[in-house]
Amino acid sequence: MGELRLMKGNEVLAEAAIRCGCDGYFGYPITPQSEIMETLMVRQPWDETGMVVLQAESEIASINMVYGAAATGKKVMTSSSSPGISLMAEGISYIAGAELPCLFVNVVRGGPGLGTIQPSQADYFQSVKGGGHGDYKCIVLAPASVQEMNDFVGLGFELAFKYLNPALILTDGAIGQMMEKVELADYKPRWTKEEIQKYSGKWATTGKPNSRKQNVVTSLEMDSDKMEANNRRFQEKYKKMEEEEVRFETIMCDDAEYIMVAFGTSARICQKSVEIAREQGIKVGLLRPITLFPFPKKEIAKLTCHVKGFLSVEMSAGQMVEDIKLAVHESGCNVRVEHFGRMGGIIPSPNEVVDALKEKFL
Amino acid sequence: MDIKDIIKPENLVYQKSDVQIDTIMHYCPGCTHGVVHKILSELIDEMGIQENTVGVAPVGCAVFAYNYIDVDWQEAAHGRAPAVATGIVRTNPDKFVFTYQGDGDLASIGAAEILHACNRGENMLVVFINNGIYGMTGGQMAPTTIDGMVTSTTPGGRDIALNGYPMKITELIAQLPGTSYVTRQSAQNAGAVRKCKRSLKKGIQNVLDKKGTSFIEVVSTCSSGWKMTPVAANRWMEENMFPFYPLGDLKDGSKEPNLSKN
Amino acid sequence: MAKVRGAVVVDKEGCKGCGICVDVCPHDVLDLNLEVNSRGYHYSYMKNPEACIGCSNCGVVCPDTCLTIYRVRV
Repeated sequence: MGELRLMKGNEVLAEAAIRCGCDGYFGYPITPQSEIMETLMVRQPWDETGMVVLQAESEIASINMVYGAAATGKKVMTSSSSPGISLMAEGISYIAGAELPCLFVNVVRGGPGLGTIQPSQADYFQSVKGGGHGDYKCIVLAPASVQEMNDFVGLGFELAFKYLNPALILTDGAIGQMMEKVELADYKPRWTKEEIQKYSGKWATTGKPNSRKQNVVTSLEMDSDKMEANNRRFQEKYKKMEEEEVRFETIMCDDAEYIMVAFGTSARICQKSVEIAREQGIKVGLLRPITLFPFPKKEIAKLTCHVKGFLSVEMSAGQMVEDIKLAVHESGCNVRVEHFGRMGGIIPSPNEVVDALKEKFL
Repeated sequence: MDIKDIIKPENLVYQKSDVQIDTIMHYCPGCTHGVVHKILSELIDEMGIQENTVGVAPVGCAVFAYNYIDVDWQEAAHGRAPAVATGIVRTNPDKFVFTYQGDGDLASIGAAEILHACNRGENMLVVFINNGIYGMTGGQMAPTTIDGMVTSTTPGGRDIALNGYPMKITELIAQLPGTSYVTRQSAQNAGAVRKCKRSLKKGIQNVLDKKGTSFIEVVSTCSSGWKMTPVAANRWMEENMFPFYPLGDLKDGSKEPNLSKN
Repeated sequence: MAKVRGAVVVDKEGCKGCGICVDVCPHDVLDLNLEVNSRGYHYSYMKNPEACIGCSNCGVVCPDTCLTIYRVRV
């Protein structure tokens, strides 16, 4: 049993980074995620593990610092909230194009524009469809508890290095700010120079010895045939993620006639909604995607022919609902897919969700 | 004496450095990039730091710098090289890290990144090529385009009322306590190239001695963008650029104390 | 007084005929060839080889590093 603590979601992200052997964090303050860098600055991990923490002049600088450090084979991360992630979109596209591993966190707030500092899930499209320019995908992990905030830091880095691809923890102001019991991971030492050579020596810019050719980290390729080959390689990688990395949770889906699909904070609400609906005699289940990319398409397709409908519950105008519709379409069966959402930083109540289900399906 | 008797290995006095990759550069005839690439390669070779060096290439004509200097390189997004270099040097303090940037990259889109990296005194060398024009995209006005200078977006010459003033960003950089060495050089004749090489050497040595940021501007030509022959471009630079961008050291000292710690 | 002789070997294919070496040569040794190389450039050559002192100025300024310089005391 690891160390048990009562902690805020944002603080746990910082603690988990230190404990998983992260080499560096580069960030810029923005509500509701500033506790991540504040916690790191109080913890001063540079004394303890050698982890570097730097407050950058902007989110644009943060993500490019991540690019530079990641390209030397280091385990590095950044975090921000919606408007800051938009500023990082260019850098994330470059990181994906240069095939670098890194972890970034979006503690989502309501938008568009400056929007609100209250929780939202309206950055779903930006997260799972790429977000910046060009054909690329990030691995997207959606924690629904403070415990998962802890667990997904290590998992995010593991997947980022496995696929040489940016990984994103997509959470929101509610989980970032909420306090819960968490079992912290044990300390893992940072990688040594030798380990970095072993894992990333083929591509990392660690300085060119006579024994090898220069390593160049770039997303640029002027030869269209070669650039298309790069794109094909990326697509193969994303396909492999879809085959091997899908993670989800199902609650009471076995006998369900209606399935709610929800992630993160919405999924916590829906857990209660399922209970309320069941008490009223409505057979409802919950499918909680844990990875939003890769999306649990196959699981949804499998359920499609056994249920009467899906309700996508999101804190947005309806984004994930499109992916559910695609999954349903691919199943060959035809059931209704509806959406219920609140926007602008409002979290729906469990009863509101049950009412929406009844209104749309019963 | 026959020419064959002169061309013998024992009489060799000048040749391409081993660190410079043996290929034809994509630059236009007479481009200053080639000269600066060459002297950087020579210094990396002479100072024995090839194995310890990571370069950061910009967006601009020098985007392919990694094809010419045989060290590990990262290609940064437009203007972001100082942030990329910060990430490298903070997590790898034992490496010699340099950025190589043009005036559009450094003084326009990347103005925030260069000012803050220099202000933090990141331990790195910045090589800043200032030819007063966007070369790669076809000769548009740069922040450094001098008053009256003709570019494709200032066809009547830069008009201060319309376009604002040319920016002396090196003078701004020299104000920042994080910089240890700030100088402006050129490379249009052998004397200037040798002087520029000595400045680059001092900058590299400062970084090896962990003195903070060394910033070396090279006032350069862009004969294609300026629509002149390379030799005429050198003359034009001497007559028009040097009065506005005077050569010499703007700052040469050890890193000033960090004020926040006083 | 010992006389110094030099020689410039031009990598004909690497030369882009920019003419800067011609401009900086203190003894009017170099010129651009009337012929062109395979890429169409009037490459640099020693028009007046006897005058070369091997000072390397041409090599130092050459943006394409296509000049190799030799120098000998005679």
